[in-house]
Amino acid sequence: MPKLKLPAAPSNPLTSPKRPGKEYGPSGALGHAEEAGISAVDWIDERTSLSGGLRWAMFRKVPKGTNWFYTLGSSTMFAFLSQSVTGVFLAFYYDPSATRAYESIQYINNEVFLGEFVHGMHRWGSSVMVILIFLHMGRTFFFGAYKYPRELNWVIGVALLVMTMTMSFSGYLLPFDQRSYWATIVGVNINGTGPLVGPYLSEFLRAGPYFGATTLSRFYAIHMLMVPGAIAALMGFHLYLVAKLGTTAPPWVKAKAPEELREDKVTVNL
Amino acid sequence: MADRKEPKSKYTADRKIPGAFEGETVTRRRAMVVAGQAAGGVAAAAFILPTLGFAMGPIFEKQDQPWQSVGKIDEFNDQSYVPRTITLVEGIGDAGKSTVYIRKYNPDLDTEPLDEYNKYIAISTLCMHLGCPVRFTAAAQRFICPCHGGVYDIVGKVSGGPPVRPLDRFYTQLDKDIVAIGPRFSVNSELQRFSPRDPGEPLDGVGQYLYPSRPSMRKIEGT
Repeated sequence: MPKLKLPAAPSNPLTSPKRPGKEYGPSGALGHAEEAGISAVDWIDERTSLSGGLRWAMFRKVPKGTNWFYTLGSSTMFAFLSQSVTGVFLAFYYDPSATRAYESIQYINNEVFLGEFVHGMHRWGSSVMVILIFLHMGRTFFFGAYKYPRELNWVIGVALLVMTMTMSFSGYLLPFDQRSYWATIVGVNINGTGPLVGPYLSEFLRAGPYFGATTLSRFYAIHMLMVPGAIAALMGFHLYLVAKLGTTAPPWVKAKAPEELREDKVTVNL
Repeated sequence: MADRKEPKSKYTADRKIPGAFEGETVTRRRAMVVAGQAAGGVAAAAFILPTLGFAMGPIFEKQDQPWQSVGKIDEFNDQSYVPRTITLVEGIGDAGKSTVYIRKYNPDLDTEPLDEYNKYIAISTLCMHLGCPVRFTAAAQRFICPCHGGVYDIVGKVSGGPPVRPLDRFYTQLDKDIVAIGPRFSVNSELQRFSPRDPGEPLDGVGQYLYPSRPSMRKIEGT
């Protein structure tokens, strides 16, 4: 069978034009590295258009008078990220069974390289997160930043606060020493004192009438899978609303009319 | 109001929709949307309902409470309590064990009628404030809770502090000369028996209705 001659390959049409000011292309190793980085980012951006969204989220106008109090929200977020990362790595060694939990925590603290440090980060970090979230809430309240149009963000923040407290409660049981065991008994019974639904709620938390074989794994699943996922999702929505609505100026910064519109500057042509 | 729109006919044929059937009221687009949403709902329910039942199941499951022997009758007296350890939950080591204080029925102390289940009085150590473990202090003839200062007298009635009802009890039975401990029950301030409730749930007045008993644990019928 006679073979058809293949057509000549086209000259590459996808070659991008030279960047302005660099007619001779990148020079030196550094130039080539820069070029590689730029083209990698470009490759992603061409397919996702992420840069627009990022620019929208990061390069926002910020009101005059913005100060250190405005960092409390992102501090809380970083506390959450720290809790997430240390928590995930603690799960490498932790065993949520009633007979093994205490020993696995002892093993983390005494045997694992940096185990006591990572456990300590997680343990103290939980208090740090609770303190920060309250300070952030106080800042929002005293600066009046919960008012229109940011009411929904306040509501989401309250849900995040409740979930953070749920995290603290469910995490307190996990070391499974005397203190955490009895504190959980007391905490579950406090839930039980709600009329009508209380008894069923406490039974749901304990997985039965007594603190039983599956109570610990139930608390572990709530602490490790259910609530953190919900917190991450709501935190994302919280941040979206912050980016969309912008931040408020502190209450002591008064709105100032543009120079040409001030009453004493306006001249009327008759 | 001449430019007011005429209300649309419910028949697709009257609305000049191409390919409409005689008497058809639902467009095919609308039928597809509803069918798609219904299919999604069924698919979501197929995993949400079983997992919810899975998580809630233990609330409705009856807990097995076998009788456990705690000693011979000559180990106990009718003046003071003797502590014994029983297992409430199997297979979780110390976390499933609990202390019970046992004493022989004493007509001078106990006001409730004697029957087959209280020849020996077995008092639970669960404090009825929030569930810490109480300890019987013989010198004071009182049960005292270390957490928030709950105090109970020798029959377990509240004599001070925050607890909302007397200490829970266990049914006891005699098997020849062996004392056996059975299911737990709660009592109100007259020491009447109720299905077991959690700590912090009062049983006097409307308490027994505000804090219903649960299917997982009931008192013995007719006691």
